[in-house]
Amino acid sequence: MSTSTFEALELRGVGRTFGGHEALKGLDLTVRRGEFIALLGPSGCGKSTALNCIAGLLPLTHGEIVAGDRRVDTLPPEKRGFGMVFQSYALFPHLTVERNVAFGLQMQGVPRHEQKQRVKDAIAMVKLEEHATKLPGQLSGGQQQRVAIARAIVLEPSLVLMDEPLSNLDAKLRLDMRAEIRRLHQSLGLTTIYVTHDQEEALSMADRLVVLRDGRTQQIGTPAELYDHPANWHVADFMGYRNLLDGTVTQIAGDTATVNLGSFELHGHVAGPLAASARVRVAIRPDDVVVTASAADAIDGNAIKATPSVVEYHGREFSVTALTDDGLRLNVKAATAPVQGEPATFTVRAERALVFPEELA
Amino acid sequence: MATTVAAPRRRKQNLVPGDKAIVASPSAWFVWFGMAAFLILLIGILSTVVVDSFGRQWFANWLPQEWTASWYGQGWERFDLGHVITVTVLVAVVVVVVSVLIGTPAAYLLARKNFPGKKAINLLFLLPVIIPPITFGIPLATLMYSWGLGRTVLAVILVNLVPSVPFVILTMTPFIEQINPAIESAAKMCGASILKVFTKVLAPLLVPGILAAAILVLVRTVGMFELTFLVSGPQSDTLVVSIYRAMTSAGGSEARQLVSAMAVLYTGTMLVILIAALRFVNPTQLVARVRDNPDD
Amino acid sequence: MTAVTMTRAGAERSSASLKHRLAERGIDSSLLLLLPALLFSLVLFVYPFAYGLGLSFQPSGAIQQEFGGGFFANYVAFFKDPFIFDSVWLTLRLALPTALINVVGAVPVALVLRRKFRGKRLLSSILVLPITLGTVLTAQGLLIFAGRQGWLNRALMGIGLIDQPIQFVNNYLGVMLSLIISGFPFAFLLVSSYLSGIDPSLDAAGRTLGAGWWNRFRRITLPLLAPGLATTFILTFVLAFSVFPSARLVGNPNGSTRVLALMAYRSFGEQNDYTMASTIAVMMGACELVFIALVLAWRSSFYKGSTGGKG
Repeated sequence: MSTSTFEALELRGVGRTFGGHEALKGLDLTVRRGEFIALLGPSGCGKSTALNCIAGLLPLTHGEIVAGDRRVDTLPPEKRGFGMVFQSYALFPHLTVERNVAFGLQMQGVPRHEQKQRVKDAIAMVKLEEHATKLPGQLSGGQQQRVAIARAIVLEPSLVLMDEPLSNLDAKLRLDMRAEIRRLHQSLGLTTIYVTHDQEEALSMADRLVVLRDGRTQQIGTPAELYDHPANWHVADFMGYRNLLDGTVTQIAGDTATVNLGSFELHGHVAGPLAASARVRVAIRPDDVVVTASAADAIDGNAIKATPSVVEYHGREFSVTALTDDGLRLNVKAATAPVQGEPATFTVRAERALVFPEELA
Repeated sequence: MATTVAAPRRRKQNLVPGDKAIVASPSAWFVWFGMAAFLILLIGILSTVVVDSFGRQWFANWLPQEWTASWYGQGWERFDLGHVITVTVLVAVVVVVVSVLIGTPAAYLLARKNFPGKKAINLLFLLPVIIPPITFGIPLATLMYSWGLGRTVLAVILVNLVPSVPFVILTMTPFIEQINPAIESAAKMCGASILKVFTKVLAPLLVPGILAAAILVLVRTVGMFELTFLVSGPQSDTLVVSIYRAMTSAGGSEARQLVSAMAVLYTGTMLVILIAALRFVNPTQLVARVRDNPDD
Repeated sequence: MTAVTMTRAGAERSSASLKHRLAERGIDSSLLLLLPALLFSLVLFVYPFAYGLGLSFQPSGAIQQEFGGGFFANYVAFFKDPFIFDSVWLTLRLALPTALINVVGAVPVALVLRRKFRGKRLLSSILVLPITLGTVLTAQGLLIFAGRQGWLNRALMGIGLIDQPIQFVNNYLGVMLSLIISGFPFAFLLVSSYLSGIDPSLDAAGRTLGAGWWNRFRRITLPLLAPGLATTFILTFVLAFSVFPSARLVGNPNGSTRVLALMAYRSFGEQNDYTMASTIAVMMGACELVFIALVLAWRSSFYKGSTGGKG
């Protein structure tokens, strides 16, 4: 079996329909060697479908996948030479850690002495030396996940696929494993496609992100691009723009739009094709909202009067939920705690209030 | 036995927290009485047959007047029990092996895939288990005779396969459903071909299920009377059929003690088979471990 | 459709081959795994059954003359000949009460054996022991143990409960006893496994809400157990309905235990009337399926979701 590496893996119009339902449609993506790509989206968005299509566990119904100059979408999974880490770990329960890791090498007919060395190295890489002879059932969730990773990387695959590998772990372990996976990716020079529904995970680990929704690609870009310039309000929503305010455009001047939000107006940055008096959705991140002393100090003339109703302590900062007079809910991150129940003025820079057309396919 | 378990009679409001009385006393007594009656009947049946098989003559007394082991020797010769037991074991082993070989792949498919007509096929495999053996046994036996297979060991094996294969499918399907399909995907991603997935990953995981199904089929086949009786003859009778024939043989049945001796042999054979089979069942349920992944 | 959709023109056309499209509907080479079982079932189950059905429409001359009805003469005979038709009632009269006793008896026993106590393992193994006995040994044992001179009658007379030996065997009671002995272990095993599928914390929850044992049983355990009980009832009913050897050995095969299986065998083995034998066999299956369908229809009105346990 060839595990030849490639310079680039290309997905061309990859799609998958189940019955009449389009689980994935028209995915175009070029993965360069050594890249860490995250497929991001809510559950049911098609990200796992995409991963399984790349792995070969699901046949494509549309498009093709090319690795280097070799078309791979017609190959069965065992001939593609990719490694995969599963959400449920999927360890062979009847085999010890060593033999789980050695399984793929046996399948490839690697000579025994070489097998032994590579298994040893892989187990050392995930720091499980003292558990090598245990059965998976005797390990904790985090340890099982390490075994699953060792089993995937021992084959030195040209591409590693990870399907929400951290979602069954608790919060602290998740942070550790994040760093661990990133470290392995870098030190082994792997090419990785990583599926997750956790935007923080994706932003912190990946070189580039693919945001999916209802089987369709919403945006592809670096973490900074997605974070600062989401392509539509769905991506914005997913990137932590927790304030999504519906209103009407009253005026457009260059790339600044004035939006009527009922009891007040807001100046925002045009982030999509807009027409005057169009229905729009303004997306603002909680940490871009600032408390000011008075309406006169408001930045870019954006003054929002609201009454804090919930103030939560989050360590370095406070998470504040404030309600405007006509009931709009504003999520704010503040360095100092505003007084609960006492009206305050909030402001946001116009370029950090992104104005998106409301209608989306 | 009852005194150690049944809670002393108490009024409901007197029950302290943690009191173990799930069933209140009057009904508990009723349950224990029923169970005792059942046990007395059971032990009575078992011990009378054993006692009878060792008695020379036993009519109107509590115990036989004289003891002897000669009925076993007589029965062995008279009914050629060596041959009968050989046939019984042969039939049982062949039926178990063939039904596991045919049934397991089908069970795998039914557990893992959806396809048009799956419901109809499930029903087809369920029917031989739920409809009376006589219902399909009589047409089947008629065919066996017209194919010239009547009274052969082959016919006995074939008719016993009819309920056994579906039985394997029914017992194995839930076993296979318990195995996380991601494990098979993982094996494929490690480069294992379909054949290797089956032999290296699935087969070891299925061993407990296969053994459970095999034991059940074994017990059913050795005990199966109706189907075997319809097609077997002197050279292909299994033990249970040959005892029945001894009990009902025309022109005055055989001596009662002779039948008792054979019945004891039958139960002995069954017990030996069961104990031997249970020795091979690994109590550690590999399958259960897959599901019990600690979430922490 | 949105400004950012990456769909290329032309990607709409499905690149999937016919093979892929069939695979999507579940039709691919893996279906071959089903082939041996399917072939086997067709040759040894479907074909013989169809053959038997065909045979039942080729009545012998004697039957045709006696009952008329052309092709259907066998079926006319089945319904018109009281000697045959009565055995339907005789069979049901035996199978229904027996199945009911087995299921109703298994519930409290399974409940009691769910608790932990010394000797529990031994007791449950003894309860399951009859599975190894087989019908023939049970019959032999019943004849000796519960016969006129048997220990049972001796003991009952000894403690003064009865003056005359009771007729336990060679009648309806004998067959019923033998069916309980062989059927109860199955019912007990099934009910136990259904019971273990019910999350014990539900019972605890009922307790915290102030329900006594009877209310907990009636309002929590029983509704969750009901579908399992229906299944258990069906399976023990099937066992009792097809009773054959014990009806002959410990029953009264010419009277109260002249069950359908015996009638079918008589036509087959003793009268060599294969067409009538097939007719009785087919009708026997039909009767049983009608009853199962009734129970299933009744069962479909029960709660069917998860029972919160591990099963």
